[in-house]
Amino acid sequence: MKIHIKNGRLIDPRHAIDAKHDLFIAAGKVVGISQAPADFSANQVIDASGLIVCPGLVDLSARLREPGFEYKATLESEMLAAAAGGVTSLACPPDTDPVLDEPGLVEMLKHRARQLNLAHVYPLGALTRQLQGEHLTEMCELTEAGCVGFSHADRPVTDTLVLWRAMQYAATFGFTVWLQPQDKHLAGNGVAHDGEVAARLGLRGIPATAETIALATIIRLARESRARVHIGRLSTEEGVMMVRAAKREGLAISCDVAANHLHLTEHDIGFFDANCHLRPPLRTQRDKEALRQGVADGTIDAICSDHAPVDDDAKLVPFAESEAGATGLELLLPLTLKWAAEQRLPLGDAIASLTCKPAAILGLDSGHLAMNSSADICIFDPEHYWKIEPRALRSQGKNTPFTGLELPGKVRYTILDGNIVHKPDGHHHRV
Amino acid sequence: MYNPQLTEDGKLRHLLSIEGLPKTIINQILDTAESFVGVAEREVKKVPLLRGKTVCNIFFENSTRTRTTFEIAAKRLSADVINLNVSTSSQSKGETILDTVDNLTAMHADMFVVRHAQSGAAHFIARHVQPHIHVINAGDGRHAHPTQGLLDVFTIRRYKPDLHNLRVALVGDVLHSRVARSEIHALTTLGVPEVRVIAPKTLLPEHVERLGVQVYHDMTAGLKDVDVVMMLRLQNERMAGAMLPSAQEYFKTFGLTQEKLARARPDAIVMHPGPMNRGIEIDSSVADGRQSVILPQVTYGIAVRMAVMSILAGNNG
Repeated sequence: MKIHIKNGRLIDPRHAIDAKHDLFIAAGKVVGISQAPADFSANQVIDASGLIVCPGLVDLSARLREPGFEYKATLESEMLAAAAGGVTSLACPPDTDPVLDEPGLVEMLKHRARQLNLAHVYPLGALTRQLQGEHLTEMCELTEAGCVGFSHADRPVTDTLVLWRAMQYAATFGFTVWLQPQDKHLAGNGVAHDGEVAARLGLRGIPATAETIALATIIRLARESRARVHIGRLSTEEGVMMVRAAKREGLAISCDVAANHLHLTEHDIGFFDANCHLRPPLRTQRDKEALRQGVADGTIDAICSDHAPVDDDAKLVPFAESEAGATGLELLLPLTLKWAAEQRLPLGDAIASLTCKPAAILGLDSGHLAMNSSADICIFDPEHYWKIEPRALRSQGKNTPFTGLELPGKVRYTILDGNIVHKPDGHHHRV
Repeated sequence: MYNPQLTEDGKLRHLLSIEGLPKTIINQILDTAESFVGVAEREVKKVPLLRGKTVCNIFFENSTRTRTTFEIAAKRLSADVINLNVSTSSQSKGETILDTVDNLTAMHADMFVVRHAQSGAAHFIARHVQPHIHVINAGDGRHAHPTQGLLDVFTIRRYKPDLHNLRVALVGDVLHSRVARSEIHALTTLGVPEVRVIAPKTLLPEHVERLGVQVYHDMTAGLKDVDVVMMLRLQNERMAGAMLPSAQEYFKTFGLTQEKLARARPDAIVMHPGPMNRGIEIDSSVADGRQSVILPQVTYGIAVRMAVMSILAGNNG
């Protein structure tokens, strides 16, 4: 398959490209930028006039719900959602059922994903067996099976000694430890930020200190162990300040924020909207501003979808009983574009936080479009505003706080290894 | 702003919380309640306002007292009443709240009185019922207990008619109390100039001051010159643990005794939503003393609930 993408505006932040360039693809690779290679004849020409051509998006947290939670979503439904959202690479946390703590399970997931061939799936192995925070997993074996890092999903490692040993062990082999900072006891069974809204609505609170105390522990252990640590889903202003200081100190720390948290606060819960039941919780306006600024100044490396499809019934209960999470793969690009426009940031910066920067965290040579790089490409219309209608989303999870909102950025084509996996007529090519 | 408890033309459709209720509606409820106070003293304690209507008490959390007052209120309005104790029936068989609500709708109930252990449950049900059905929140988690808040301001109004010239203190476990939240909103909406909360820091929500109250951590300062003392119930499970060391120490520091009450104005009234823990949050001599209006609260509770039901029934279509 040879594709000629013509007349598009090519944005490739890693190589500081933002200009009109045609792109030529053959055998799954980029074979020409601006200039076609000799004797190139395209099987397909994509007219990208008025569109942006950028590397396929790299999402650091997308739950595909397989194995174990197929009633919420399946690999196929969620990878179709990824393709529709322009996401070509995604890291998935290990909190499946069974937990991704054995090489066989990881191989199976990789195999199933390869068969569907709609996105590159990079599993995060469980940091401890069953995510129970007691025994380390076989990290070397799991890495051979395809894990790109080790995570405890959204469950805290409560035993600090285990956390310390896990970091030391991971550091021995150069593996990255992925952690979501949350103190188990301070978070308790809270469901919303411990602030004004929780006070008014009578919801159990999760204080900001639940994040910062856990984060302080993680940063200190990272300093001691010299482990590479990735902090997932920051939610507080103080958390951003702590990561900024840790980076300035030279620690090998990276971090991400969920796109939801760049736009929403505790006040969006309104009258108990269960779609705003997220983990970590939506916090204050100050926190939101600090997160937005954190991405803009590079403290926060990447924006992720934190895709967590939930079945309808799990949200059709009172707020505190509802399951936390929102669908996100198809909203990642629009929410990032909206944030960048509001911050008056160059498009290239926004795209960097979705492509080359998360790819670097995963240790991948992707998220850019140099000659001979994999042809993972997202082509989108930045001016096309579309209304979020849950039923029209490809994801099996229809739960999103953004229902009814108009957002910019419609993905026209998604190309994975040189194959078109999403195109405007809504048909999908299985290869 | 969108308000789920009002109709498009601003009338009461559901009673879910005091927060967001216009002062005019609160006063309408209180004034209507005045007219029902006399009904209970008549030979025939009934008015026909809800004749032919079915009121369904759905209690996902047990409460004999509250359910009984709603039942009496509905019956005095001539409604048919169904009591459903869901905590002991369908929910334990796996039925969801919506299934329960749909089933009762199919039985042509007109009004749901709902109690649930989770904050927001009444809002959730109101969002999913058919348009002709009215929902009354009889207590949802820590969030709201609006009829209690209303009956408390009704009681205050009877003893202290000039609400614009009052100091009111709420004492005790505000953090876990739906009653406290409803009382605070009712008092501030009606223009009571000074509402205080008195409690240890472990029993106050974050940013409680943003609800429009002044925060005190000791009774001596907090009760000084107040006109109304509203005590809150302390749940058994909070008496000893990480919130409080012991019931004895709580009584010593925050229990209402005659001695502490002496800090308040001499004509101050003492209220409690019940059931009381004598010797823990309130001394018996105060509970049964001359300043106590705890039993009148119960009596007025029925009139206020009658008022809410009759107003809702009158706001159809």
